[in-house]
Amino acid sequence: MSFFENISSIQNIIYIFSSILFISGIKMLGKEDTAVRGNFLSALAMFIAVSVTFINVINPLLVLIGITIGAIIGSLIALKVKMTSIPEMVALFNGFGGLATFFIAWSEFNSIPSNNFQYLLVMITTYIGGVTFSGSVIAYGKLSETLKVEKSSIITKLFTTLFYISIIYLLYSIVITKIFTPGFDFYTILLILTLLGGVGFVIPIGGGDMPVVISLLNSFSGIAAAFAGLLLLNNVLIVAGSLVGASGLILTIIMAKAMNRSIGNILFVGYASSSSVSKSEETGEVKPINVSDAYLILENASSVLVIPGYGMAVAQAQHVVRELGELLEANGTEVRYGIHPVAGRMPGHMNVLLAEANVPYDVLVEPEDVNPSMDTVDVAVVIGANDVVNPSATEEPGSPIYGMPIIEVHNARTVFVLKRSMSSGFAGVQNPLFFKENTRMLFGDAKESIGGLVTEFKE
Amino acid sequence: MEIYILLGFVLILSIYLGLELISKVPSTLHTPLMSGANAISGIALVGALVLGSDTQLQQALAFLAVMFASINVFGGYLVTNRMLKMFKKK
Repeated sequence: MSFFENISSIQNIIYIFSSILFISGIKMLGKEDTAVRGNFLSALAMFIAVSVTFINVINPLLVLIGITIGAIIGSLIALKVKMTSIPEMVALFNGFGGLATFFIAWSEFNSIPSNNFQYLLVMITTYIGGVTFSGSVIAYGKLSETLKVEKSSIITKLFTTLFYISIIYLLYSIVITKIFTPGFDFYTILLILTLLGGVGFVIPIGGGDMPVVISLLNSFSGIAAAFAGLLLLNNVLIVAGSLVGASGLILTIIMAKAMNRSIGNILFVGYASSSSVSKSEETGEVKPINVSDAYLILENASSVLVIPGYGMAVAQAQHVVRELGELLEANGTEVRYGIHPVAGRMPGHMNVLLAEANVPYDVLVEPEDVNPSMDTVDVAVVIGANDVVNPSATEEPGSPIYGMPIIEVHNARTVFVLKRSMSSGFAGVQNPLFFKENTRMLFGDAKESIGGLVTEFKE
Repeated sequence: MEIYILLGFVLILSIYLGLELISKVPSTLHTPLMSGANAISGIALVGALVLGSDTQLQQALAFLAVMFASINVFGGYLVTNRMLKMFKKK
């Protein structure tokens, strides 16, 4: 056995060990008590896999420089970013992982694939990696609200068309180019179309559907890494990539279920082109309430449920919400937070915001836990949430959101809805909750309204 | 071809294992799980380390792949850790 063969078998054995650590790590990441340790284990697995690969790297100095630059940029972003910007940060990191696999596939194409299967893998890895990168960058733009494109605009339609063209071109690259070698540089065109296609994949998907796209892109980055592993015959890449692919897929399914829509409908149809328009006219009048009256009702409540939505994130109201919650508890009121899986712009968005504001996670409840006992809730305070509390989902078969599991706040004794104005939610559906007998509208900026309530309590 | 069948087997089993391991994740952990998984996808770094470097283009691609995968790895793990540290029980 030559020296190099020895090294390679030792590496492979250590890769198995590293894979086991990745598996345990991601398992522990799925439980509250063990999550921190799980993340650490997975980081250790990464360190081991990278170190053992580093042994026979061709150009160690250049690699070290690359890792150092990456480490500095990554750490700076991770430590400086505000917790409220987490969704777009995760999207961006995800994109960089995709970009790395895109480059790997590109480089492997230049090593001249030796067999048909390798050729196929190069094309697919290029495509998934590239779409993950440019799609994530667009998702970053949408989440950070630096990129605003109308769904019906020409730009959106152009890029959506490019997305379909890129898929056809990928199939062409896989099937035809191997048989009839084209007289032009078809691979460079694939690289470009892939990146444009990724933009077209994400650009038509808006606001409330972002949690699904983010989860899916997360899954893609893993699948891309797994395919790169097949390409490079590297088993730790395959195992770790597959785990990420699976976890992203699970989140995607959870998000789609929480909206009662299929993944295909979210990605390729969207609410806007849904033909059924809510027929229910606004019935009755909305009943506004002011801060002092809201305070009197809250003061006498024995059970309060807070339902946060994207509006709370926009208003940055999580800290003052926690303050109100503490004052209510000091007053003998039971305070819980009803969290809908798709509230906000990414999976678990509300949980992160509330955790940042020091709300303990055991007072957070999911819809199916709180709905059966909703009639014992004295006041449900809806802060910047809309579609996830829309009773049309249970009462109106014609509604576009009919069948979506919601937090049934309309069954609570009193509902406060904190809202800027009477505009409808992301789904474009009017919300009959606002016209219910037991609903009171507290108009204005959520942070100011809650702040007003906090002041009343302190006086 | 043999090797691909073997590695394909590893791929399928790993995906299945992943689906089984995280099927019941509580919604509190949705963001950290995503962010932590995202850090793991930085394993592409290992792939970037073994790339060929015969041409200047390949050297440049390998360098860029190493750098971007490193951003993913370091940023991903640190931000996940920061997030998880915020979650507290009553």
